[in-house]
Amino acid sequence: MSEAPPRPRRRRGPRLPKPPVPPAFLPRPLPPGTQRGAPRTALDHAAESGKVVVDWIDERTQLSGVTRWVMFRKVPRGTNWFYTLGSATMFAFLAQAVTGVFLAMYYRPDASGGAYESVRYISTSVFLGNFVRGMHKWGATVMVVLVFLHMARTFVWGAYKYPRELNWVIGVTLLILTMIMGFTGYLLPFDERSYWATIVGVNINGTGPVIGPYLSDFLRGGPEFNATTLSRFYAIHMLILPGAIAGLILAHLYLVTKLGTTAPPWVKATPEEPALGEETA
Amino acid sequence: MNQREKEAYLREYSILKAQGKPFFPYAVAKDSLMGLLVVVVIIVLSLLFGAQLGPKASGATTTYVPRPDWYFFFLFQLLRVIHPPGFLGVATIGIPTLGMILLFLLPFYDRSAERRIERRPIAVATLVFVVVAMALLTLRGAAAGSPTALTISAPAAVKAAGKGAVSEFYAGRAASSDVGCGACHTIGTAGNPGPGPALTHVGSRIPLAGIERTLVNPTAPMPSFKGLPPKELTAIATFISDLK
Ligand code: HEC
Ligand code: HEM
Repeated sequence: MSEAPPRPRRRRGPRLPKPPVPPAFLPRPLPPGTQRGAPRTALDHAAESGKVVVDWIDERTQLSGVTRWVMFRKVPRGTNWFYTLGSATMFAFLAQAVTGVFLAMYYRPDASGGAYESVRYISTSVFLGNFVRGMHKWGATVMVVLVFLHMARTFVWGAYKYPRELNWVIGVTLLILTMIMGFTGYLLPFDERSYWATIVGVNINGTGPVIGPYLSDFLRGGPEFNATTLSRFYAIHMLILPGAIAGLILAHLYLVTKLGTTAPPWVKATPEEPALGEETA
Repeated sequence: MNQREKEAYLREYSILKAQGKPFFPYAVAKDSLMGLLVVVVIIVLSLLFGAQLGPKASGATTTYVPRPDWYFFFLFQLLRVIHPPGFLGVATIGIPTLGMILLFLLPFYDRSAERRIERRPIAVATLVFVVVAMALLTLRGAAAGSPTALTISAPAAVKAAGKGAVSEFYAGRAASSDVGCGACHTIGTAGNPGPGPALTHVGSRIPLAGIERTLVNPTAPMPSFKGLPPKELTAIATFISDLK
């Protein structure tokens, strides 16, 4: 006669991965005789207060589950440096956001000369102004290069296939928005080169079928290139697009976390190795 | 990809994922290192090359070359290469739009379960074609956009009309070079073959008044030159109408 096996306890909610704490850092058993949880030294008190604060926040936000879900999930075997291209793109975007905010502190979207003067002021008079402008300009190039490389990586890996189709579509949107960022930002210094390149660009848009003329009217803020055009480009460049890109990056990363990144296609699972359930063992 | 292939993929993937390392700290460390590298590269580029500011835009200029940032060169060049008469709109917006739609829909028409690149010949061919085409277009766009100096010499009819007409012709040629008509038109052997039509013999088709009207009130994508000083505008129009 044998005992019935204990019924497995039902868990509430999803199983969350545990942090990969090295054995040396795991809490040691307490010396015999000490009361559990009772702080003993000043250091214990200090450590305890940190925990209290974190617990207090977590009790109200329940963020620890999300954090564990994001941070302690596993990335598949074979993950290599090519997988850093996406986050590198994100870092380039963040760098653009930071340098862009500093430029916005001085820039004036005034087509009657104020825009040009404000950029010249940034370049010649503001402390490190030209350096920050240079970072913003070259950051755009770096971001465009990275976004193409990242796309090439996901293309070569076949990472756009089931179940990641939607993330590819979000990615293409991000690519296009990134290019439009470059296009709208180019006008802002309002020197000869940026002015004419933009006129030609907007006019080329206008030759497009069906929505072409409406699109270029919208960009110009009217049938002619005028003062509204610059403020319109400015609003698109520093409010609409960065907001849209940031939101789409969040959606992109949610799907990356939810679905996991692909394993390199040439890495095959070896059948004798343990399968499902391993991650929580 | 059918249901069986989908399930097989998910099964295989869950094994590979279980055998992997935790995102924190392993992937986070790599990503942070890469992020640092990105910022360092941007800083170095800024220190080495900085950011230029050209002359102030006046709308009525004598020196301009409509050049976008380098990562749009391929688009600009594409528009120069492909300009079927009468279908300019289709070519300018149509081809990039088609490219975008094809890119968006990729996961929906490439439905095979195969992910290894060496077993996806069509994908490889497309990738090679697109990369080579974009590289070539970018390089040629970089070479083409720069000075659009015109070299055409006065036709016999102008020479016959006397010294005054000849010097007027060359003054108009210089003005047209500066303004950059060659960015979109071929004139003689100079200039780009599009998006505008060749102007080498345009004077025999359009009278002076018509050319002046075109300069002031052109069809897109040609920009209007009505902001130019009237003298310059007349010089350009005279020069163009002399091209017979
Ligand atoms: C941004 C490109 C661009 C620039 C710069 C440009 N053009 Fe044009 N031009 C065009 C296009 C495109 C057309 C054809 C428009 C159409 O579809 O009718 C055109 C048409 C013309 C025509 C009518 C030709 C015909 O056969 O009907 C003339 C004349 C002309 N341009 C002269 C000039 C002159 C002179 C300059 C310089 C002052 C100039 N263009 C600058 C793009 C340009
Ligand atoms: C602003 C631009 C973008 C940012 C910040 C970004 C960020 C990321 C990050 C951090 C990842 C995780 C894995 C990795 O880094 O490779 C990822 C994955 C992915 N991205 Fe992007 N991305 C961007 C644009 C794009 C573009 C243009 C595409 C393609 C058209 C794309 C398609 C994908 C796909 C399919 C995955 C899943 C890859 C896999 O599971 O292996 N992304 N992205």
